[in-house]
Amino acid sequence: MVDRIANIWGNRTPFEREGLWPVRVDQKLADGLTDADVDRWVQSACVLCSNGCGCDIAVKDGRMVGVRGRAADIVNHGRLGPKGLFASWQGVDNRDRLTRPLIRVDGELVETDWDTAMTRIVERSRALLDERGPLTHGFYTSGQLFLEEYYALGIVGKAGVGTPHMDGNTRLCTATAAAAMKESFGSDGQPGSYVDIDECDAIFLFGHNMAETQTVLWMRVLDRIAGPDRPLVVCVDPRETEVARHADVHLAVRPGTNLALMNGLVRELFEHGWIDEEYVREHTLGVDELKATVEQWTPEAVAEVCGIDPNDVRRAARIFGTSERVLSTVLQGFYQSHQATASACQVNNLHLLTGKLGRRGAGILQMNGQPTAQNTRECGADGDLPGFRNWENQDHVAELARLWKVHVDQIPHWAPPTHAMQIFRYAEQGSIELLWISATNPAVSMPQSPRIRRILAKEELFVVVQDLYLTETARLADVVLPAAGWGEKQGTYTNVNRTVHLSDKAIEPPGEARSDLDIFLDYARRMDFRNDEGQPLIDWSGPEDGFRAWQECSRGRPCDYTGLSYERLRGGSGIPWPCNDEHPDGTVRLYRDGQFPTEPDYCESYGHDLLTGASVPPQEYRAMRPDGRAFLKAAEHVPPHEEPSDDYPLRYTTGRTAYHFHTRTKTGRARQLNAAAPSAWLEMSTADAERLGIREGDVVSVRSPRGEIVVPARVGNVIEGTVFAPFHYGYWERDAVGPGEEPTAANELTLTEWDPVSKQPVFKIAAVRVQRVRDGNGPAPAPTTTASRPADADAVAPTRGVDAEVLELVGAAEPPRVATKEEHG
Amino acid sequence: MMLPVYLGLLDGAEAALAASFRRIAEGHGDEPDVFHICHTLAKQCDAHRERFVSVIERYGRGEDDAPDRLHAEEITETRSGAVGLLRDLQDLYVLTKMVDATWVVVKQAALGLRDEELLVIVDECERQTNLQGEWIMTRIKQAAPQALLVAR
Ligand code: SF4
Repeated sequence: MVDRIANIWGNRTPFEREGLWPVRVDQKLADGLTDADVDRWVQSACVLCSNGCGCDIAVKDGRMVGVRGRAADIVNHGRLGPKGLFASWQGVDNRDRLTRPLIRVDGELVETDWDTAMTRIVERSRALLDERGPLTHGFYTSGQLFLEEYYALGIVGKAGVGTPHMDGNTRLCTATAAAAMKESFGSDGQPGSYVDIDECDAIFLFGHNMAETQTVLWMRVLDRIAGPDRPLVVCVDPRETEVARHADVHLAVRPGTNLALMNGLVRELFEHGWIDEEYVREHTLGVDELKATVEQWTPEAVAEVCGIDPNDVRRAARIFGTSERVLSTVLQGFYQSHQATASACQVNNLHLLTGKLGRRGAGILQMNGQPTAQNTRECGADGDLPGFRNWENQDHVAELARLWKVHVDQIPHWAPPTHAMQIFRYAEQGSIELLWISATNPAVSMPQSPRIRRILAKEELFVVVQDLYLTETARLADVVLPAAGWGEKQGTYTNVNRTVHLSDKAIEPPGEARSDLDIFLDYARRMDFRNDEGQPLIDWSGPEDGFRAWQECSRGRPCDYTGLSYERLRGGSGIPWPCNDEHPDGTVRLYRDGQFPTEPDYCESYGHDLLTGASVPPQEYRAMRPDGRAFLKAAEHVPPHEEPSDDYPLRYTTGRTAYHFHTRTKTGRARQLNAAAPSAWLEMSTADAERLGIREGDVVSVRSPRGEIVVPARVGNVIEGTVFAPFHYGYWERDAVGPGEEPTAANELTLTEWDPVSKQPVFKIAAVRVQRVRDGNGPAPAPTTTASRPADADAVAPTRGVDAEVLELVGAAEPPRVATKEEHG
Repeated sequence: MMLPVYLGLLDGAEAALAASFRRIAEGHGDEPDVFHICHTLAKQCDAHRERFVSVIERYGRGEDDAPDRLHAEEITETRSGAVGLLRDLQDLYVLTKMVDATWVVVKQAALGLRDEELLVIVDECERQTNLQGEWIMTRIKQAAPQALLVAR
């Protein structure tokens, strides 16, 4: 047994390049139970990050009592991380669950029945549609529902209501991944595969604290590092993360300077001739402009702006340029900064320039944050058209109209879909009057939370929230709908590297809770949305029918699901799309032949100017004759808009910890995880702490022009001049919407600004001042096992688990292979 | 030669455009993207003028005696609300097109003169001015339905 709070990544199972990652089955059961007590195991996959680890849910007496990794799954080879082990089941099987609908009566939320709650929604919705039209409706969904649910919501919103105001909280976590792939390759679609970890010579992690955000993926890297021919590791991160500790080069750049670094790395490739001329000629467009844009970014210029050693820039570029197989991964450090898309595109450019793409160990993983974010994007619940269709392409819109049997103009395609921040702006201005929020908690997770709370609380705004719990956001709703959670409903979802999993229903939801799918379909029925033939707009009633409908929608598109079925997904491993006649067993990597989906008739987007977000006009796009070539796009680096000043002298950046997910609605209810990171903190460097007279655990006030948090300080390993706060800590334990006297949510301080292309908000850059308030009661509640570890290890007792013993069974089975002939070949 | 007159016009037009971007940014500060991008583009206009200094040094800066209908009018006031934003963006759009056309005129002259240095400047600046217009049009398209159909 292993304490998997103290030892987040568990025991090592080293392997060599091109070897198969050994199986290690991780299992956790409720206290006192053994295998013999389990009635049955039900197949699923974890939904507590984008990794998508295959797992089985242990069921006893109609309740979830534990979980184990699936040895046969290509994603995790049996492993699970702390969130999956402790929170996946305990975060759902919990007495705090909502069991009946609530409606607001005289200012208070009171219990009611489904009919009353739904009637209230439908009456308001109908009245608004009749009086003022579809643009009064906004839908803000999640990265945590299932594929079939997003597809239903997409159809309801676009063909039923007819509003372009639909987005997911994927806007906050993964929009830049999608945007960067559209800009470079013409369409969304993850080029690389996790198998590339097994086969690479070097791995670059750009703003990606993989050790904490996708713990099982990091285990795979750790096992390569522990093997006989470890890959070189390059880390870009302002904190001394676990990744940085294993890195051969750690580029601890100042927040807000990613693009300067990237332009410098690209320049080094040109300077040293590490360019695959033939690949660039045959498969790309725009090399001259790219070269001109990066021209000024010598290692010295980069060093100056980023606050790093110029020789580290040279070393990192050399590793990229001279390693035969390089894998890059990118996440929030890039996506949640300004110039996000431009920076993420430069990662794509490194690979395009060197032809290190689409072959063994050479690939890109533009990561996702949430578990089902991929499906939000694919199914159009983020506002895009389903199946990576192009809203500016009339034929694509017409295809959907045929599929749904509605008039083409019923589907909003006259302007870009409205992104989340703009939806909230319209709600603030009063033109959106009905906002339907599913499975997310914007009162804590969106930037500048005082403003978001104010908008949600507006009298004139009718807010519907469907969730498992009475979150901070639900407390502001007019109608609250109790939703079924993971294990209580059936459906599919897709992880970062396109692997589709089936999750079967293990138990009944509590009380009257219903699946999100049932809720959306019920709304469509009650609104009597019909197609042009007079039939109900959605003619399916369960997840498996919904999956089949989606398969038709995906036919011929990059995310082709037509070769899959619930039956095929049951019993073995998840399968990566495209899976169709051409790829009957799924696909390991995209773009093996250097052909990209940029043909004007096929592409998902005609692209944008990366500096401003101006759309490239369709005729201009055609005139470039991309014809399957990728775009080498670039932008000049400009400084962030909020820089330290006399009043706010420190840079402020936010992020996550290994033990929590999102706003802790699930992880905060797993006692092992809650004990490991129970409440908020602020990390700062020793030098800054000394200057401000702050010691470990002292309570500090952190102020930005937008608000304040008051939390204990962890004197840790962030770079000097920058402070860090975890974003998980809202106010639900206090039964409150907002902070009262003790604000702790990192987003009290963040600013309302977004990347011009991906529209992803800037969570990583703000300016603050920090002042000591009083002595604390002992050290800060930050874990010692992660990037939050204290600078002085003796000052804080190490983080240990409580009931956190986990069974790890090494070598229980032969390692699975991605079910195609492509892997290792 | 009329070129110096056009150089003067262009310099004045870029100055008016820069000031207008700043004015719109301040007037619509509640729209964060408008605020930040307008400031970025204002700086772009400043940079155009800076690159232009050497050209004006070489050719001089002439004054136009003709009735000066060609002068670019700076935007000095902004409107409020969703429709106000739309109208202001439209004014701004017209101004960028005016600047853009002036770049094209100067480019024709530069071609005739075979002035390579001027041509490089014109190409880059004209491309950026064109993009400025495309950004404004992108933003107009986004704002129009909401502003015209449901804004309060
Ligand atoms: S790595 Fe992600 S998907 Fe896997 S167990 Fe952990 S939280 Fe769940």
